[in-house]
Amino acid sequence: MMNLEEKLGVNKYYVNEGHPHIEIIHDYPDMKEKMKLVNACPAGLYTLNEDGTLAFDYAGCVECGTCRVLCGNTIVTKWEYPDDTKGVEFRQG
Amino acid sequence: MERFEAIVVGGGLAGAAAAYRMAKAGVKVLLVERGSYGGAKNMTGGRIYTHSLEALIPNFRETAPLERKVTKERISILEGGKATTVEYEATPAKPEDESYVVLRSVFDKWLVDQAAAAGAVVVNRIQVDELLKEGDTVVGIRCGKDTMLADVVVLADGVNSLLAERAGLRAPVTAAEVAVGAKEVYTFNKGVLEERLGLDGNDGLAWLCMGDITHGLMGGGFLYTNKNSLSLGVVVGLEHIGEADATIEDMMNEFMSYGPIARLLKGGKLVERSGHMVPEAGYKAVTTLSGNGFIIVGDAAGFCINMGYTVRGMDFAIASGMYAGDAIIKAKKLQDFSAGALRYYDILIEDSFIGKDLKTYRHFPEFLNNPRIFQKYPSMVNGIMEDVFTVNGNGAKPLVPKLLKRATGVGLVNLAMDALKGGRAL
Repeated sequence: MMNLEEKLGVNKYYVNEGHPHIEIIHDYPDMKEKMKLVNACPAGLYTLNEDGTLAFDYAGCVECGTCRVLCGNTIVTKWEYPDDTKGVEFRQG
Repeated sequence: MERFEAIVVGGGLAGAAAAYRMAKAGVKVLLVERGSYGGAKNMTGGRIYTHSLEALIPNFRETAPLERKVTKERISILEGGKATTVEYEATPAKPEDESYVVLRSVFDKWLVDQAAAAGAVVVNRIQVDELLKEGDTVVGIRCGKDTMLADVVVLADGVNSLLAERAGLRAPVTAAEVAVGAKEVYTFNKGVLEERLGLDGNDGLAWLCMGDITHGLMGGGFLYTNKNSLSLGVVVGLEHIGEADATIEDMMNEFMSYGPIARLLKGGKLVERSGHMVPEAGYKAVTTLSGNGFIIVGDAAGFCINMGYTVRGMDFAIASGMYAGDAIIKAKKLQDFSAGALRYYDILIEDSFIGKDLKTYRHFPEFLNNPRIFQKYPSMVNGIMEDVFTVNGNGAKPLVPKLLKRATGVGLVNLAMDALKGGRAL
């Protein structure tokens, strides 16, 4: 079975290198908040590091907004749609 | 700069339907989409009930990119590696009863093209940063350094509508109101799906699954047949997702590992992995629909219902876009785009199937938000099946006490209460 990173590899993205459209507090203290993002992100972009901090990579984002709804007042400090023409481009949908 | 009478933000189904309706009636309309084409950022599980599309474009079947007509419905209860499946097969009796499986990146593009052909100006790759307001009246949009003014702005920017929220037009969406879906599309050689699923020609299957794959969360798995591909995925409510002992990807993998699904997927090639939010709270989540100089349509307005065996939003999206168009056409005649005039849209919604269906199902989300539905009952049903169908040499026991034992596993009082609540919710 393919892992999620490999699966996202089949998608078409125009990544805005160096300009993350989502920013987070990686060392947010509340584990319950962090687990929301780890469990819910449909692209699996939020993972826990060994030291319990949150790792996040915006490049595979499918722009669903789930993390904003879950943690827009806590961990997720910035959430914008990627700039014009950037981000994911679904060919199936 | 060219001035438009109406600006539609978002090239999804609701926005395209609104633009199409207005353009047909001679309204000068601009449709702005942030993706490279309408549907580039959109996703669905799979099925659209086409009655509202038929009202908008009666001959849609001739040109719309429809994958397959649903003639086979399956519901499966998956638990502990077991599966109980109900299958219903029928050709829809009337055209308006039909539903089709669609792929949004193709389907939305088609609808946007219809709007453009009708005279709407479509601009892709433009992100709207902000709504322009004068007092409490929306007067236009800002995209980067450019501003565009119009008599009315139609907000069709989807479930994650930053524009409406940031302009203070609607309350922020809460975790209790939405679900998240992950979806994958697998392609197959021609003829494979027909053979594996017993489908004729252009007939298709809609398959909903519930059970232990969602680890107690409200939600389930779905599978729809496209022409030569399958759309499948998992949808789960966000309210309790942080407490779950699994990620949505774990759930996806468990779903795809169930025998009936795994066998079907054999040899398929993954061509896309997508994700999206679903507004599932129904009637309660619908708040502001219109005001001075604006109308909100589709997912952005919260027009979606979870009916348990299906989540419906696309037929609402198209109808709401159509009604927004009608309200604006009327407002143009009166040259009045105030909240009072645009309230005609609210009335059209309320009197239509949108308002009625949302009301009918208004208690259903609470009923579904019950871990027993997604854990205990699936185990009970598959347990009963096991009792009924297992014959071995250990001596047969009377069936009725065995069944009662399965029911007491849930608790007879709980069972009666949930049955009552379910009955009331419907």
